Amino acid sequence: MSLSDQAAPTHEIRERFGFWKRSYAMLVKEFIQLKRDRVSFAMIVMLPVMQLLLFGYAINTTPHNMPSAVLLQEDSDLARSVLKALENTAYFRFIYEVHDVDDFDNLLKSGKVLFGVEIPRGFERAVRRGDRPALLVAADATDPIAASAALGSLGMVVQTALAHDLYIGNPPEMPFEIRAHARYNPAASSSLNIVPGLVGTILTMTMLIFTALSVTREVERGTMESLLSMPIKPVEVMFGKIIPYVLVGFVQAFLIIGIGVGLFGVPVLGNLFLLALLSTLFITTNLSIGYTISTVVQNQLQAVQMSMMVFLPSILLSGFMFPFAGMPAWAQYVGEALPLTHYLRIVRAIMLKGATMQNLRFDALALAILMLVAMTIAVTRFRRTLD
Amino acid sequence: MNGGNGIAIDVKGLTKSFGGREVVHDLSMQVKRGSIYGFLGPNGSGKTTTIRILCGLLTPDSGEGTCLGYDIRRDAEKIKRQVGYMTQRFSLYQDLSVRENLEFVARLYGLADARGAARDMIQRLGLSGREEQLAGELSGGWKQRLALGACTLPSPKLLLLDEPTAGVDPKARRDFWNEIHALASDGLTVLVSTHYMDEAERCHEIAYIAYGHLLTHGTVEEVIAKSALTTYTVTGEDLNGLGAALTGKPGVDMVAPFGTSLHVSGRDVAALEASIAPWREKSDLHWHKSSPSLEDVFIELMGRSKDNF
Repeated sequence: MSLSDQAAPTHEIRERFGFWKRSYAMLVKEFIQLKRDRVSFAMIVMLPVMQLLLFGYAINTTPHNMPSAVLLQEDSDLARSVLKALENTAYFRFIYEVHDVDDFDNLLKSGKVLFGVEIPRGFERAVRRGDRPALLVAADATDPIAASAALGSLGMVVQTALAHDLYIGNPPEMPFEIRAHARYNPAASSSLNIVPGLVGTILTMTMLIFTALSVTREVERGTMESLLSMPIKPVEVMFGKIIPYVLVGFVQAFLIIGIGVGLFGVPVLGNLFLLALLSTLFITTNLSIGYTISTVVQNQLQAVQMSMMVFLPSILLSGFMFPFAGMPAWAQYVGEALPLTHYLRIVRAIMLKGATMQNLRFDALALAILMLVAMTIAVTRFRRTLD
Repeated sequence: MNGGNGIAIDVKGLTKSFGGREVVHDLSMQVKRGSIYGFLGPNGSGKTTTIRILCGLLTPDSGEGTCLGYDIRRDAEKIKRQVGYMTQRFSLYQDLSVRENLEFVARLYGLADARGAARDMIQRLGLSGREEQLAGELSGGWKQRLALGACTLPSPKLLLLDEPTAGVDPKARRDFWNEIHALASDGLTVLVSTHYMDEAERCHEIAYIAYGHLLTHGTVEEVIAKSALTTYTVTGEDLNGLGAALTGKPGVDMVAPFGTSLHVSGRDVAALEASIAPWREKSDLHWHKSSPSLEDVFIELMGRSKDNF
């Protein structure tokens, strides 16, 4: 059988809607390729789930059973009762009981315990007299998040725990003062917004990489040569390559927020539709930047390296890792140029504060501008020839 | 048809350099509509570069011309719509099936019924039953068939085939050439680059290009006649020794073994005959004057052009 055996059925070429048809052709092709690429496909789901579980649990703001020591300078019933109450909070697990201040300090210094509770001499008598003696709680605050959360909730839990204590009853105020001392890092800062932040971080990472590889992959596999010899325009190639991944990004965002709400109890106070809309904008912005990288680099390795060049400052300077307001001015300027910075504000504000579009219009506009700039660079950088 | 003057490709003075190295030098050529034009030359001679210039994938440093009546510099987009380019390396998507690849091409060219066009092409290619197979899993011969199918799908007026039969078995090669001839008889112009002499002889016209220079062109007969080469075919004992002794003698431009015989060629008949005279009378050698084959001509051209660079 050969080509010549049958008369060629002629198929009509229609010029109308050429732009959409060619973009659609590219889009269908990309979808099929994505579907066939099992590893990438698995990554789309596994990456956010794994990262969220790892980050989410590792950077847990409500740690439990932290190793603690008690410096007992008085062996009274009340002292025992307070210790029991502290242990009942599930924050502390007393693994050392010492009677010497030096031993107590060494335990903290060596890192054997993260917390130390000092019950001073004459504690019980002072409480009964109503002197409100100090109960010193020393924390190893080199891990500020763990320390501050435990310290912050200390007063409440102890009061609750002691409420029905035989000796104290239910006084209107704490019969003794808890004096918290965050050692080694007195200005402990903590991020309470890890899960919303992770939505942005994970999306930045996956979206950048996916499109950063897309054009170089065609060049390396040799398919670019035949693609360029066909009548398709750079904008059409770009849309065809970006749109499938918008859906991918949407699935990821949905997964992360779903797990965040379900597993970590993060609230979504704002409008879900607004969150979806602005997330789509953020996803498209990242895809455009990844695609721009793709048109600049020579091979896939360079594409990955360059994506990291964008990803790293995004993590460090966007306010994900360190409070944005605390950064020096130059770093804040760099941060403003990163899509993640704006999205973090958006996603935290919508999820945790119930913000509306009115509050977020500056950040939404910034995302849109970054997206258009990236797209313009990509389309002009896209080489239509092999020169 | 565009242009209407019966010429599909008409270019003059094409020059292209990469990194200071001139790959195509002052190349001019004309290809008639409906003809099969063979493009021959050693590896790295500039064949692929020339083909890429013709289909708008590369811009020439200098030179001008038209392809299907469109200016190769200004109208690259229009040329792309009417040219089917089959790359040297398989450049369809390996991770797409036969059907998906064809549908992709059909959609890019704006065929009204992309699925139908792909279905028809699968049937014509004899790939029915394999339409869902991934292109990357096809054998070399089938890949080449699919690639040809893909570039003829949008009914182009000009086919540019870059070494389409490299690494394909003889049967598949023959089928392929039958198809090319059938397409040409329907009015399609075909420019094909190749290394095989038998394929060159199946072309209506050929051009020989080496180190970026177009050395000769015309029909096979014209090219042989133009070479003005005289060839003696020798059979007998110790041809290796004879070859070594003759190489470099005055008038002997080329000594090449062909199976059990040796071809000794030269442009200067008198000098050639003087040089071989001492061996003519030897009883264990049989001399026979013949017209040179296309291969003789090309090897001689190649040897000559090498001297110039």
